[in-house]
Amino acid sequence: MQKNCIYLDNNATTKVDPEVVEAMLPYLTDYYGNPSSMHSFGGQVKKAVNQAQEQVAALLGADESEIIFTSGGTEGDNAAIRAALLAQPDKRHIITTQVEHPAVLSLCKQLEKQGYSITYLSVNHEGQLDLNELEASLTGNTALVTIMYANNETGVVFPIEQIGVRVKEHGALFHVDAVQAVGKIPMNMKTSTIDMLTMSGHKIHAPKGIGALYVRRGVRFRPMLIGGGQQRGRRAGTENVPGVVALGKAAELELLHLEEATARERKLRDRLEQTIIATIPDCQVNGHSTQRLPNTTNIGFKYIEGEAILYLLNQYGICASSGSACSSGSLEPSHVLRAMGLPYTILHGSIRFSLCRYTTDAEIDTVLAVMPGIVERLRALSPFKNDEASWLQERSMVISH
Amino acid sequence: MWDYTDKVLELFYNPKYQGVIEDKGEAGVKVAVGEVGSIACGDALRLHLKVEEDTEKILDARFQTFGCTSAIASSEALVELIKGKTLDEALRVTNKEIANYLGGLPEAKMHCSVMGQEALEAAIYNYRGIPLDVHKDDDEGALVCTCFGISDAKIRRVIVENNLTTAEEVTNYVKAGGGCGSCLATIDDIIASVQKESATPVSTSANHSNERSSVKPLTPVQKIALIQKVLDEEVRPVLIADGGDVELFDVEGDRIKVVLQGACGSCSSSTATLKIAIESRLRDRVSKDLVVEAV
Repeated sequence: MQKNCIYLDNNATTKVDPEVVEAMLPYLTDYYGNPSSMHSFGGQVKKAVNQAQEQVAALLGADESEIIFTSGGTEGDNAAIRAALLAQPDKRHIITTQVEHPAVLSLCKQLEKQGYSITYLSVNHEGQLDLNELEASLTGNTALVTIMYANNETGVVFPIEQIGVRVKEHGALFHVDAVQAVGKIPMNMKTSTIDMLTMSGHKIHAPKGIGALYVRRGVRFRPMLIGGGQQRGRRAGTENVPGVVALGKAAELELLHLEEATARERKLRDRLEQTIIATIPDCQVNGHSTQRLPNTTNIGFKYIEGEAILYLLNQYGICASSGSACSSGSLEPSHVLRAMGLPYTILHGSIRFSLCRYTTDAEIDTVLAVMPGIVERLRALSPFKNDEASWLQERSMVISH
Repeated sequence: MWDYTDKVLELFYNPKYQGVIEDKGEAGVKVAVGEVGSIACGDALRLHLKVEEDTEKILDARFQTFGCTSAIASSEALVELIKGKTLDEALRVTNKEIANYLGGLPEAKMHCSVMGQEALEAAIYNYRGIPLDVHKDDDEGALVCTCFGISDAKIRRVIVENNLTTAEEVTNYVKAGGGCGSCLATIDDIIASVQKESATPVSTSANHSNERSSVKPLTPVQKIALIQKVLDEEVRPVLIADGGDVELFDVEGDRIKVVLQGACGSCSSSTATLKIAIESRLRDRVSKDLVVEAV
């Protein structure tokens, strides 16, 4: 099993910080009490859970009572959307976007079959929303607007507060999937228009299987998981204490490093993408030039296919990601890149590099050293050399949402 | 990552036959090209063949592939399989052989092997002057999968050729249904229809097979007589109706030599006639190992 690699797939998951591991270990060994127990052995575990709540709340600029621990981003998104609908049974309209994570999109599809009306806002070629389209979609029947803070594939950041102002004017609830944004963008829920916000631990150097949902005090919340009275009755089930402690520590470290780390990542990311664009012909950055996460770049390489690029990168121990169909179980390329209306010449050959605070200059140097050769090698194999070939785009593909 | 075999990765990382073959006007040599797929579909293959005209032997082959790891490996495998073969021999290479040569492909990647087989057929049909489409029938009939532009006829063909029984398998082999998924129910219907259509011949052929297995194997004379009977009763009436005909010329083991006559002799689709109308019928009725060649 490959252990040492140049890991540039941090939007998929991140390395667990050694300090986080150290913090959680005692709760896998010595401190195994149930935080709901009435004895002091459980009580000391409860204190650790409370401390983690404070740490997460600090990262979000929230109050600790507004934090619910979940199993991760998918549960957070599902719980928020269902809670909003259950709390407003008379409203049957939801607004989201075409480029959401499947945790939101798949649920919306299911709700559509159950009679809800869903508006999927479009994005432009830079992956950005049109606020006029949002404005025109909001009605008195709109129960919820659920929009991601930053896109996982392109890193494009949506104008969340501007969106929130419009949502509040129409009396709808506002949920934000901030799985990719937390730890990369400063958050302050005290001054925000956001009602509910989802975050996930494994995107911020905590383990997989732990996350949190922020629910603004006063927002009516109907729990998805019902059982014991844990977490003030808003999420039943004994807490994943080691995970909760880990998330708390990871949140503390993210807050500590946020400013310095994001500045460093942005510098490395910019060097990576600018050098690639300058040295490799026929490629482009997918996504808005400035309204983007500091750690993400999505680059489309014309005339070659993403999975093949990934396998050649893998030869050098470089881990990245592709939005191409062939690297996923699906046969269609990324729904995000398709929604942006990118040409097929770019669509199938897009690679996402996502950095973290551990990414080094030397690692970026290695990627820059091998990437031109990889692209050249695959282009030598490709039958496509320019956009004029008659069979280049002869068949159309219907975009579905 | 996909669970690729070592052979897939070896051929992907070290392809030897990528590139083009330019027609330099060599005497007795002809270069043919076959293209399938498109950039919209996410994979495409252009196969170049250098053929010795007298013997129809494939002297050299090269590929240009846009696609994933297994698409590139399938292209390389295809060339390794067909180099040195005659065109008729190459035409008998199936997508299954390509996949087997690679030590297998993930189910979801079987369409890569299908693309290789289709490019080969396109190149050979081009060589023989049969216009454009590899499987002329493929573009006939209703368009089922609008995402990938795949017709009812093509789906039927791949179901029959690969004994597919689920819509998921069809998606793996030709991509149909792998986009928005709205045609999956239609694909299920096509599978049911193909199974229904094949039920009678299959049982008939099973009966034949049972009869054959319950008695002694056919002697050469019996075999020739049966071939002649099938040609006379089932093949010739169809060809005659189209202004053509076929005559049994010789039988050498499992190699059946026939003479195409009338319109069939000069028809640009004679290869298709030979392979689909005659060979498949004889395989069904007499022996699955039969190979039909025109003389």
